[in-house]
Amino acid sequence: MIKINGERIETEELPLLAYLLEHGYNPKRIAVECNEEIIPKSAYDTCILRDGDVIEIVGLVGGG
Amino acid sequence: MNNDKFILGGKEFDSRFILGSGKYSMELIKAAVENAGAQIITLAVRRTNTKASENILDFIPDNVTLLPNTSGARDAKEAVRIARMSRELGCGNFVKIEIMKDSKYLLPDNNETIKATEILAKEGFVVLPYMYPDLYAARALQDAGAAAVMPLASPIGSNKGLATKEFIQILIDEIDLPIIVDAGIGRPSQACEAMEMGCAAVMANTAIATAGNIPLMASAFKNAIEAGRAGYLAGLGRVLERGAAASDPLTGFLRD
Repeated sequence: MIKINGERIETEELPLLAYLLEHGYNPKRIAVECNEEIIPKSAYDTCILRDGDVIEIVGLVGGG
Repeated sequence: MNNDKFILGGKEFDSRFILGSGKYSMELIKAAVENAGAQIITLAVRRTNTKASENILDFIPDNVTLLPNTSGARDAKEAVRIARMSRELGCGNFVKIEIMKDSKYLLPDNNETIKATEILAKEGFVVLPYMYPDLYAARALQDAGAAAVMPLASPIGSNKGLATKEFIQILIDEIDLPIIVDAGIGRPSQACEAMEMGCAAVMANTAIATAGNIPLMASAFKNAIEAGRAGYLAGLGRVLERGAAASDPLTGFLRD
């Protein structure tokens, strides 16, 4: 199970870039964290998410 | 006034108005930025999904410096995480530290803010900590490497004005960093007053976002901040302890 933005995905392995593109994310407009560590954009295409990983995908919104 | 630059984190700004981008409809954000003449805009970092069709960055002019905040952080560790994510988002190295555990009054936790400031300044961030105006905390923030100090005027989003005026004045007088009033400024006159006191800049969001006419209020704040700055630079006239002092020649009208 991999958790992405709180949602559980029942899979053992998931290539990050394929997931992002499949879900319509623009890699330039997001930051991705795996188990509280930033994944650099340069590593998106080689990063494979594993069972137990907790992923956060964040972007910018209006705020003070 | 033309050479009166606001220097922050090694960058030069002509505007001393930092505009928050929360609570607007996307169409109004651009008008607010333009009418405010703001060169620094705050943003927040949140979980994203691709269902939202509009991205706020499409509405902010390219020459504006982005100032992501760490809102949502309850301690230093979370603030550091958010700051690192914001840098990865391409925001540059400016960050406004905002740490609060209290969800009723939204008051900043100065102790955690000092901890986060120290970590992030060492990592090369230009750290702008939102804080409760306390002299000891401001000194500790300065020692921790803050680029400015951002004391609150009154609770966030309250539009109540300079409730902490006396304590902000102490920071202006004692802290050798730009003092940027953040939170609670509700009217142009209050922004003007903060600038007259010697604040380096004013940050406002709710005052503009909840105004009847957003572009007009953005422009009113711009003018007020410029007027207050000019007043500060000019040096305010003295206040009499008591009595009066005539402004007219002290001769009687048509009499000897």
